[in-house]
Amino acid sequence: MTRTVIIDPVTRIEGHAKITLHLDDAGHLTDTRFHVVEYRGFEKFCEGRPFTEMAGITARICGICPVSHLLAAAKTGDKLLALSIPPAADKLRRLLNLAQLTQSHALSFFHLSSPDFLLGWESDPAKRNVFGLMAADPDLARAGIRLRQFGQQILELLGGRKIHSAWAVPGGVRSPLSQEARDWILDRLPEARATVTLALELYKKLLDGPLQKEQRVFGDFPSLFMGLVTPNGLWEHIEGRIRFRDATGAIVADQLSEDDYADFLGEAVEPWSYLKFPYYKPLGYPDGIYRVGPLARLNVCDSIGTPWADRELAELRQRSGQPVTSSFAYHHARLVEIVACLEAIEILVADPDLMHGRIRLRASLNRNEAVGVSEAPRGTLFHHYKVDDDGLLTSVNLIIATGQNNLAMNRTVHQIAREYIPDPVPAGAEIPEAMLNRVEAGIRCFDPCLSCSTHAAGQMPLRLQLLAADGTVLAERLRG
Amino acid sequence: MAVVTLNVNGQDVAVPAGASLLEATRAAAADVPTLCHLDGLNPVSSCRLCLVEVEGSTKLLPACSTAAAEGMVVHTHTPRLKEYRRMTVELFFAEGNHVCAVCVANTHCELQDMAVTVGMDHSRFPYQYPQRPVDASHPQFTLDHNRCILCTRCVRVCDEIEGAHVWDIGSRGGQCHIVAGLDEPWGQVQACTSCGKCVEVCPTGALFRNTDTTAEKQPDASLPALLRSARDQHRWHNQ
Repeated sequence: MTRTVIIDPVTRIEGHAKITLHLDDAGHLTDTRFHVVEYRGFEKFCEGRPFTEMAGITARICGICPVSHLLAAAKTGDKLLALSIPPAADKLRRLLNLAQLTQSHALSFFHLSSPDFLLGWESDPAKRNVFGLMAADPDLARAGIRLRQFGQQILELLGGRKIHSAWAVPGGVRSPLSQEARDWILDRLPEARATVTLALELYKKLLDGPLQKEQRVFGDFPSLFMGLVTPNGLWEHIEGRIRFRDATGAIVADQLSEDDYADFLGEAVEPWSYLKFPYYKPLGYPDGIYRVGPLARLNVCDSIGTPWADRELAELRQRSGQPVTSSFAYHHARLVEIVACLEAIEILVADPDLMHGRIRLRASLNRNEAVGVSEAPRGTLFHHYKVDDDGLLTSVNLIIATGQNNLAMNRTVHQIAREYIPDPVPAGAEIPEAMLNRVEAGIRCFDPCLSCSTHAAGQMPLRLQLLAADGTVLAERLRG
Repeated sequence: MAVVTLNVNGQDVAVPAGASLLEATRAAAADVPTLCHLDGLNPVSSCRLCLVEVEGSTKLLPACSTAAAEGMVVHTHTPRLKEYRRMTVELFFAEGNHVCAVCVANTHCELQDMAVTVGMDHSRFPYQYPQRPVDASHPQFTLDHNRCILCTRCVRVCDEIEGAHVWDIGSRGGQCHIVAGLDEPWGQVQACTSCGKCVEVCPTGALFRNTDTTAEKQPDASLPALLRSARDQHRWHNQ
């Protein structure tokens, strides 16, 4: 009898999802699917609202990465006003995004994913979370939490609050960085550097030891990679143009404008998921599979442009290839990006432009359509607005980073399931929890952000169901 | 000056003849809540938050538009009044589309403050989610009908202080809404002087400057009283 194994919900990710493993009559794996089971509707209910509200509204899409939407919305607003923001505003926004990348990557690595590496795939699921990590290695857990706090605190110093600030606005930013805030950042930078040094040392040891197989089977497949780069091909996170690189390392397209995204990105829809399936249009669906996010950014850039980060990037490439095709390397890429962010923050806070001059320009509506882009922690984020002559939105399209990794996440789940799920699964046999955890972990490589919800504690129950072909529940197991 | 004496919550107070019950309650420091009332504008008693109990009257009376009379015995915070006030605020929230988190007036909103004052932690009435438009046709200001509570402060300040009478109330019952001119887009109403007084007195985020983003509106509801007293005292040379 065919049956379906359901992992619902997927834990230690941001948002709600489930995974189904489809077995045929003989118990062979035939298909795997990563379903996003929530519906948000932002694109629809924003219609009719003034475009100036979009930064505030879209920041509410997510509690982990509100900054990404804030910046994409503000940049789209800048283009509707047809203005160039002043240098101080540009640099303050950059600082905000660097802090955002730091805190989000720290969350993904320390809180969500490291329990798998450090406590073990087979460890007790009730303790395989950040609280278990606190018990097992309190110093590391504290350092990780404080690294995230460093990023979060910068967000608050700039925007007045850690979550859902509306600080970036069309035309610039709302308030400057105070001298005290700048001093605080400088004061805490050495500790942040020490933490990421520690994390990199630890992680590299794991890569050389118990995580060797994971690097090979957690979503190692050829695909395109997409991300922003500077005009010189350096790592970029807020300005710059779009570059695609393929799995051989060849640059497929370069210096693409976000304005033309519809020419090179298509969005497919599958009936079993609320998450769309973007693809690179010239290759069609689903061959146009591409990945975004930290690994993709490091793959598309020639180099990062700061010394420590470039050393770490060189080591990542030496270990895992150039470009790196294993999705497991997203974890390593996150640590390298934290290094890049800390170095960039250090340079920015020493920049005299940051503290002086205009920070906000005001203008009337000058365009009826604009596309804004920013690099969210999880990848490239597009906001596309059309407005009427009064500035009221008539159309909104948001292409979220996680969506762009949808095809890759599905392929990763499939690869892991093939490797770890017994073939065939004997009729009526239980599938060990640790195997299912590895399947979930494949998703966590991408640090997907499926909603504004955060489930960082990893305490959500996991419901497994064995379903007959007609949908009858044959067996059920609850965890948590 | 003739005065009337009355009793508010057990306290005897004296106010000038012709003063409203609201002024009398203030003299007794009774802190009666108001939303539509604004010093400097004529009262309309539309929000019903200032209803008080007057002994001898079978009806609740709006303090803002009821004249204080000799010998009145007034109660301002009975359990019944507290319940009605909370219910009134709940109805305001249920009737419109008030999303504080992304509103321009967040943290500077009188409706939001009033919810705290009356102890409203949720609405017991089902939200209506009405489909209402946003009028962004004015080059400087926007009117978001979703956030309007029909207090008519904008109507009165424009008529009584600015003298332009751009605003009125259109339709009836649940369809009531603020109209500009002869129910035209605001930007097309030639009578509007773009003075912005309506924006300053609006208690919510219904009227705001186009450049205001989340929580950026900083209204100044003291404007009508200031302007009226300045005119009464002939502070300007051209008067």
